[in-house]
Amino acid sequence: MIAKEIILAKLDSRFLPHVTFNDQICQVNAEGLHYRDLNSLLRTLDSHGVEKVELHSVCGQRYIGTDLKTGMAIEIYGTPGNDLAAFMNGPYITVYGNAQDCVANTMNEGKVVVHGRAGDITCYGMRGGKVFIRDDIGARAGIHMKEYMDKKPYLVVGGTAMDFLGEYMAGGVLLVLGLNLKGDEPHKARFVGTGMHAGVIYVRGNVAHMGKEVKMVDVEKSDMLTIEGLVREFCGYFKTDFEEILSKKFMKIVPYSHRPYGRIYAY
Amino acid sequence: MKSYLPVDFIVERDESKCIRCKVCVNQCTYETHNYDAQDDVIRSKDENCVNCQRCVTMCPTHALSIKKNLGPFRDNANWSSEVIKDIKKQAETGGVLLTGMGADKPYLTYWERLLLNASQVTNPSIDPLREPMEIRTYLGAKPDALEIEFEDGDIDLKTKLAPQLILETPIMFSAMSYGAISLNVHESLARAAMRAGTYFNTGEGGLDSRLYKYGERAIVQVASGRFGVHSSYLNAGAAIEIKIGQGAKPGIGGHLPGEKVTEDIARTRMIPVGTDALSPAPQHDIYSIEDLRQLIYALKEATNYSKPVSVKIAAVHNVAAIASGIVRAGADIIALDGVRGSTGAAPKVIRDNVGIPIELAIASVDQRLRDEGIRNKASIVAAGGFRSSGDIVKAIALGADAVYVATAALIALGCTVCQKCYTGKCPWGIATSDPWISKRVNPEIGAERLVNLLRGWSMEIKEIMGGMGINAIESLRGNRLHLRGVNMTDTELKILGVKMAGE
Repeated sequence: MIAKEIILAKLDSRFLPHVTFNDQICQVNAEGLHYRDLNSLLRTLDSHGVEKVELHSVCGQRYIGTDLKTGMAIEIYGTPGNDLAAFMNGPYITVYGNAQDCVANTMNEGKVVVHGRAGDITCYGMRGGKVFIRDDIGARAGIHMKEYMDKKPYLVVGGTAMDFLGEYMAGGVLLVLGLNLKGDEPHKARFVGTGMHAGVIYVRGNVAHMGKEVKMVDVEKSDMLTIEGLVREFCGYFKTDFEEILSKKFMKIVPYSHRPYGRIYAY
Repeated sequence: MKSYLPVDFIVERDESKCIRCKVCVNQCTYETHNYDAQDDVIRSKDENCVNCQRCVTMCPTHALSIKKNLGPFRDNANWSSEVIKDIKKQAETGGVLLTGMGADKPYLTYWERLLLNASQVTNPSIDPLREPMEIRTYLGAKPDALEIEFEDGDIDLKTKLAPQLILETPIMFSAMSYGAISLNVHESLARAAMRAGTYFNTGEGGLDSRLYKYGERAIVQVASGRFGVHSSYLNAGAAIEIKIGQGAKPGIGGHLPGEKVTEDIARTRMIPVGTDALSPAPQHDIYSIEDLRQLIYALKEATNYSKPVSVKIAAVHNVAAIASGIVRAGADIIALDGVRGSTGAAPKVIRDNVGIPIELAIASVDQRLRDEGIRNKASIVAAGGFRSSGDIVKAIALGADAVYVATAALIALGCTVCQKCYTGKCPWGIATSDPWISKRVNPEIGAERLVNLLRGWSMEIKEIMGGMGINAIESLRGNRLHLRGVNMTDTELKILGVKMAGE
């Protein structure tokens, strides 16, 4: 149980008109709040054990979810700004709307679910946690994603991706479903997996153009287990039909080598 | 393919002095020396020798010396032996020539052409042995004005100050990543920074968990590969540095080859053992000053505005305009790395041809920021081949707040600048991730050598300041009246903002 009177008493007076409590849920009207103030408010709520926050009328505020210490659940109504969940370490963010660029930049732990689309460089250098985007994502998604031991990042996209998907990818899992592609239409992204040297990209359907460092192979049974688990979770968030998604063939894109540039020097 | 490459060096062994102790055999990581038990003789493979002087230094009877192979090519000012050998090497491998350390050519260095002032008759010099001499330096944004409130005789500072780094001497250790250098070297630098009251820079390879205890004296770096970057790393350091570029290889990224990614390095970088660690030059979230601002503030948000954020760039043609943008983007510190800056590995053609001298970069950036009235918003840290306290004093007089040194620090630890850092087999135990070779640097002894160097240089800086009649480094910063130039054109003097000697 949180003591909302104590929390309200601790808040800077300029935040008071923006904050109300509905049972255990803290509702924040983000209209007119600068990102620095909004994030400072979230830090205060986080440090007082608030477990669930609803942010209403969000309009372009950056860095939401950064520097929070707990697994706070944040529901965002509106459009959060760039670097949503940057360096995030635990929270669970749901966006009812579109997200902008750099979602989950260098994210370490936690979850982001976007009921809409996301912009460029989604999941740059992400190393843990999960990101689900209902619609399309922009260019260079999953760039520099990496994994180490039990740290493994996942990005699941319902729509399709733009160029340089999985560039320099060094670990983790990308799954692109292409639910908005018609018939046999391939994913239009070019240079998929350029510079990739670890991790895996799963695509439902075909890809128009890939980087020279990767190859496309058939999925195996173990891959399907991973895919099914992620698709089931995806369907849970976005109320989509599991069987229909699984009815189309999945392919797997993997790098030829863990050392793509091992032979370029004259020693 | 038969190699047409002649040997670079010739090992000479005085058989009358050699006692077959095999120290040279054990010390050479390039396997130059071999003991032949049958004949009881040590033979040397000259083609393996890099002239690092490890065996020469360690030989107890001084039986060894290394000579440069002066032949076999005919003297030619254009087609030097180095040029001929490089072409042959590329003809045999089809690869990019790799090198280590800073540019080794007689590049335009301005330090020798800048001379310092001293007091004579008309103003007194100060004896630093007897009088207080302030060289403490604060790095970070300074306010435009101070608002002070007087209340009942008490003075209260109303202005909220931005976070600062506090240096007891204006010399820090430059970014060198764990992986490029060994853990023992990182720890030597960390301990020395703690004791001397300055800072070391983690480089872009993360900070090993065993060194978090030195975090208060660490500048943690964030580069395009984001290796080992997470919230506890960002919060462990005293400041965060975004690495855009490096003087030894402007426009070129970093690349730690998979064979150097051992278990310890994999854990710190958070990548699997044996995979290449790629840090390409472009940070694909930064295509503009506005994008840079986005990352600067992402890092400030991630650390709740408690630490200064630095942006490091290579000194290139439009450095002054770029620096102005960086300051406007919100950086608290701007680090400039000149053309003579060092590296663990860089394509030779880039190292030797790209960038501009740090002297010109300091002067033009300082001037530009002053002209625009934003010099107080960020501190300037200069890097790129500082060899002595004299170079450092001149840099500060040109407008730098502090300097980064790396090569000098490694020389203090044993480095002989053989330029083979990229092989990972450094016989001095510095540029290696091999746990056996790394033991050659003891962090305690290493720290002592580094602290000694900083102490010596700091005393010299105070001596020079005292001679000028200056007792605080604040009075030296950007004080170009204390510099005079020799052997320079009018344009060079103008860019450096100094008068000709005799003027």
